[in-house]
Amino acid sequence: MIRIANAQGFWGDSLEAPLEQLRGGPIDYLTLDYLAEVTMSILQKQFSRDPQAGYARDFVQTIERGAKEIVTRGVKVVANAGGVNPETCAAAVTAALKRAGYAGRMKIGIVTGDNILSRLPDFVGRGSALGSVALKNMDTGEPIESILSRVRSANVYLGAFPIAEALGQGAQIVVTGRCSDIALSLGPEIHEFGWKPDDWDFLAAGAVGGHAIECGAQATGGNCQFDWEKIPNMASIGYPILEAEPDGRFAITKHPGTGGRVSVAGVTEQLIYEIGDPRAYVTPDVIADFTSIQLKQAGADRVQFWGIKGKPATEFYKVSISYTAGFKAVGTMTYGWPDAYKKARAADRILRTRLERLGLKFEAILSEFVGANACHGEALSGEPSPDLAEVTFRVGVRGPDPGAIERFTRELAPLALNGPPVVTYPSGGRPKIEEIVAYWPALIPKSEVAAKVTIIDG
Amino acid sequence: MARVQLREIAHARSGDKGDDANIGLIARKPEYYPELAAQVTAERVKDHFRELCRGNVERYELPNLHALNFVLHQALDGGGTVSLRTDAQGKTLSAALLRMEVEIG
Repeated sequence: MIRIANAQGFWGDSLEAPLEQLRGGPIDYLTLDYLAEVTMSILQKQFSRDPQAGYARDFVQTIERGAKEIVTRGVKVVANAGGVNPETCAAAVTAALKRAGYAGRMKIGIVTGDNILSRLPDFVGRGSALGSVALKNMDTGEPIESILSRVRSANVYLGAFPIAEALGQGAQIVVTGRCSDIALSLGPEIHEFGWKPDDWDFLAAGAVGGHAIECGAQATGGNCQFDWEKIPNMASIGYPILEAEPDGRFAITKHPGTGGRVSVAGVTEQLIYEIGDPRAYVTPDVIADFTSIQLKQAGADRVQFWGIKGKPATEFYKVSISYTAGFKAVGTMTYGWPDAYKKARAADRILRTRLERLGLKFEAILSEFVGANACHGEALSGEPSPDLAEVTFRVGVRGPDPGAIERFTRELAPLALNGPPVVTYPSGGRPKIEEIVAYWPALIPKSEVAAKVTIIDG
Repeated sequence: MARVQLREIAHARSGDKGDDANIGLIARKPEYYPELAAQVTAERVKDHFRELCRGNVERYELPNLHALNFVLHQALDGGGTVSLRTDAQGKTLSAALLRMEVEIG
């Protein structure tokens, strides 16, 4: 049995969780998932300004702070912190180990080959030779030509075998670029248990276990709707630990003495989180069948899994492509009792009249009334009470013309003096104009992509 | 027969994939699952979310987990970074579904 502890569900998750996972009890692997759908585009932007940037810098700090435990306890670390610059990330990790007094103590593995940005024009040039689905938007079916000039990043979700290969070559820390989230824990399982590329049921079990822990504390009582008020000591919530067996059975648990709760109800919420067809949970390495999952409470804070079935992986990798898609700005004004909602609605009407008079063109204007119905909409939320203490009027615009967006940002604050009464607004000044970086999910034949594993001395 | 909100017999979690949202709806007790499967149809969910969801709704059954999964297409005003909504990633749509009423015996 091996213990795989996840301590990062996204870039920006708890900085303390990795240390708590290292110190709270025995673990064999620490996994850290830093990359969300659009994170790569942010990193690509940083990289284009500075060739020494483009990776998750938090990871370097985490290694420096946790170096003692990693070295003395022999914990292996697998992280997709490399972003669009895994080599530089690995070099920064080496420097961090040196600063912590542990130079020359371990090998670092680097997994690359996911970044296909420079090859996109070639792929497009070859067109149908790549197959009819290649690089089309998976959701809309649109061909990539329509956004090619605006692409910011393009990264394949690599699978778990390159991570296993790096571990097999003796790496104690493995840094990857884009790979599937579940690969971070499936890679160690493949390495430890000798699972083969066609061990579909084992790989599917690894995929389900990886999905259970990939969002960090969402498996241990965080963001859980089942009796949430009864979840103990959330201030000290433990992050999830996957206890994996060579035969594909596994348990989800957490370190003793930590807060939170590992229950069938909470783990089930996480299993169904952000999935599509449960019979076909597609990963680069296997298609897992979530309708085969068997699970039960097996003691306090422990859920046992078994019976998971898998099917052969597809011939394609998923590609995460990001592209610029115009500009947006969002601002707020808060109206107080009495009739707060009525005042906020009046402000909306007045603002829209003024925007129209200015002749500003937007692709979309969205008005929300936070405190009354912003999250669930008017139809589901019902008529707001005239006695609401306050309602925040939140209005956003989106469009291709940054000039129009900028003009919008100057129309909001004047409402404080020339609109409905009992109003306050944020002290931070005008709404900020953001360039929109949108997401383009696509497929590319696996035969076009080769993962590369490099080992350096840490 | 009693008419109750889904929150009495189920819990849920929701999230995003591009402009699609998904809602996992889980029976609080196994014996409630058949009621969820019989009454919380894709059509009802589409109607429930008519103000927010512009595309169709697909329903998947997970009897092993006493759960249903709903995929709501074009439900996030463009999704993640494009959307102007407070809830651009559909995180609160799970609770919105729990407002729906069902009959229990």
